[in-house]
Amino acid sequence: MNDASLHLQQPGGWLPVAFLLVMGLAMLVYVVLDGYDLGVGILLGAGSESHKDTMVASIGPFWDANETWLVLGVGVLLVAFPEAHGVILGALYLPVTLMLVGLILRGVAFDLRAKAGMEHKSLWNRAFHGGSVLASLAQGYMLGRWVTGFQSGGWADSFAALIAVCLLGAYALLGATWLVIKTEGALQLRAIRWARRSLRWTALGILAISAATPLVSPAIFDRWFSLPYVVLLMPVPLATVVIFFIVERSLRRLPTRLATGNAYGDWVPFAGTVAILLLAFYGLAYSMFPWLVMDRLTIWQAASSPESLFIVFIGACVVLPVIGAYTVFSYHVFRGKATALKY
Amino acid sequence: MDPLLLARVQFAANITFHILFPSITIALGWALLYLKLRHNRAVRAQGAGFEASTPWIQAYKLWVKVFALTFAFGVVSGLTMSFQFGTNWPGFMRTVGNIAGPLLAYEVLTAFFLEATFLGIMLFGSGRVSNRVHTLATVLVAGGTTLSAFWIIVLNSWMHTPAGFEMRAGVAYATDWWAIVFNPSMPYRLAHMMLASGLTVAFLMAGISAYRWLRNDRSAEVLMTLRSAVTVAAVLIPLQIAVGDLHGLNTREYQPAKIAAIEAAWQTQRGAPLVLFGVPDEKTKQTRFAIEIPKLASLIVTHSLDGEIKGLDAFEGKHPPVAAVFYSFRVMVGMGLLMLATSWLALWQLRRTAHPTPLVARTLLVMTFAGWVALVAGWYTTEVGRQPWLVYGLLPTAQAAGAVPASMIGLSLVIYLTLYLLLTAAYVAVVFRLARNAAPASTTLAGERVECPAGPPRLVPS
Repeated sequence: MNDASLHLQQPGGWLPVAFLLVMGLAMLVYVVLDGYDLGVGILLGAGSESHKDTMVASIGPFWDANETWLVLGVGVLLVAFPEAHGVILGALYLPVTLMLVGLILRGVAFDLRAKAGMEHKSLWNRAFHGGSVLASLAQGYMLGRWVTGFQSGGWADSFAALIAVCLLGAYALLGATWLVIKTEGALQLRAIRWARRSLRWTALGILAISAATPLVSPAIFDRWFSLPYVVLLMPVPLATVVIFFIVERSLRRLPTRLATGNAYGDWVPFAGTVAILLLAFYGLAYSMFPWLVMDRLTIWQAASSPESLFIVFIGACVVLPVIGAYTVFSYHVFRGKATALKY
Repeated sequence: MDPLLLARVQFAANITFHILFPSITIALGWALLYLKLRHNRAVRAQGAGFEASTPWIQAYKLWVKVFALTFAFGVVSGLTMSFQFGTNWPGFMRTVGNIAGPLLAYEVLTAFFLEATFLGIMLFGSGRVSNRVHTLATVLVAGGTTLSAFWIIVLNSWMHTPAGFEMRAGVAYATDWWAIVFNPSMPYRLAHMMLASGLTVAFLMAGISAYRWLRNDRSAEVLMTLRSAVTVAAVLIPLQIAVGDLHGLNTREYQPAKIAAIEAAWQTQRGAPLVLFGVPDEKTKQTRFAIEIPKLASLIVTHSLDGEIKGLDAFEGKHPPVAAVFYSFRVMVGMGLLMLATSWLALWQLRRTAHPTPLVARTLLVMTFAGWVALVAGWYTTEVGRQPWLVYGLLPTAQAAGAVPASMIGLSLVIYLTLYLLLTAAYVAVVFRLARNAAPASTTLAGERVECPAGPPRLVPS
């Protein structure tokens, strides 16, 4: 590993790093974007009948494209690190199946709930909710298994189960804070309550992963707790804690402010949540680099041939900014409060 | 059970379920663009005030709903695939990842995001963007679906007729991307697939319009859609037969074992007869109850009455399972001929009497999903016909399989199959439901017949 990392001037050295960045970006964007629409699906179970259409309308124009980031992330894993794709997804065969079943169910339910007629609507609402919950739990379980390097045993399974519940909470937080931006009135106030409840689970999840990773791997322990890194890295956990308090305070104050017709700062909880996830993601990436499977497989060992990677790299450099541009355009078109979906 | 067989069945189930939906969205995107452009032109000709009332936009409103539904099914079923490449066939990426990887990556980068993002604007954006931008979004969605079909057909064709690479230590490395993309079977397969999509959508639109007609829905767009769809089907089907024939010649050149299995040709011979139907038996190497037409197989496959068809004896142990390929090919061709007869009959009848007779309408209704049957049978012919290879002549399927235990694959297979059957049923039911709901309240009342006082039902003037 160290041999290859020293040769970053060579394509075989830097291309895997570049693709790790692309994959990391895709996964991060996926977690944030599909996270909020999965979150809305999770919360649909708690929403009252009259609110359900608005909740779904808030994610209507976006969810297709949001899910595409998962295809890109997994696609880069498959294309750039085929060896790791086999090892990781092979080890996670059953949770992957359950996640796919969940994503399939919610994807079709999204359309069918509006088109299959009133008599079936509540059935498809349940499918949308159930699929979202199943997919989120499965993703959290996979994350938990991955950070422990696929260790088996009782504590590793319980840890993965804990992370599953916490990721569900994090997605619910994203969904709730998204609804705070996109909705008004009673639903907005309920979303604030949902957000406050799911904030705790998000914090617990980040805490659990932060505590578990150094325990699992001595290398990660050294990376964080040896001098001078322990000082240099201090801003990461500190900033996370500060932002948690900002989000908490904003959620506490918003109802009173909204009651006076002042909607200023309704974006703070969502932006704060995204910032928290960004920091958590950074911390996890710092811990794991350059391992794709902890202590077993590095990005250089798993990478495809540099020639092929280069072809894709050129394409990615040209196309990703364009994708970014029209994604921004789409969010701009559908800015403001969610309106009924009609076409 | 054998994990290899289970992995194959599971992948086949997923990819069969998946292809149903892109086969509709590829051509339906362009159909929507056509409706939108006709609408734009009608509005320009009639002046403002007609924006909501042309039959084109009425038809668009129904079919854009079908498109959205189909697209969602396509997205989620396609997601499964990106995971199963690695879980079911790790050897595939290990051996040919340097070629398959970039092709898949370009599909995601250039097509998936484009179609998914602009779909949102196409569906929900008409009040928020100008008509021009909305039309542009429709173009980009249709273009995106077609582009994504292009990349995946390139990869699939390459697996049949690999080119532009060299093997180093058991791993394929690209040497010529032009040769990889334009590999020998790609143009035929792409044309065959595009036409198949066009036919699937033409029969879907004709069948659904016939259904509305039979329910006495006399909205202006019903007859308009019916005519357009039948005309398109009648034009495309002979083209498809011609392209299929060229594709067959190409297959004979590059995959003669597949042709031998299709024809159930046990021995190499000149002037081979065409087996219309029969029961091929791989154990005894005979076709029982065969109904044959002398010399016709040679004529079709080689375009010469006594051309030589290589028999299965020339590929001992290296040919695909005969029965599956033999039957699926006949289902495809049979459906093709039925589609030819139906579309031409319907077109002839519509030209004579302006309205579909109940018989023609019912026939079109029965044929609503004819495209799916032909398309799936065709894919089985070509994919099962590639066996025992995953990449022809390069990578045997068995070598690419993973180490996932059979019980796990079996369990997930049962879950997937149950889900797919339920969802396909829901899809079909909802498409018909959308068709029923498209009728304005004044033309039908919950499906009851509405008496038209002035003689036979007439086209509602737009």
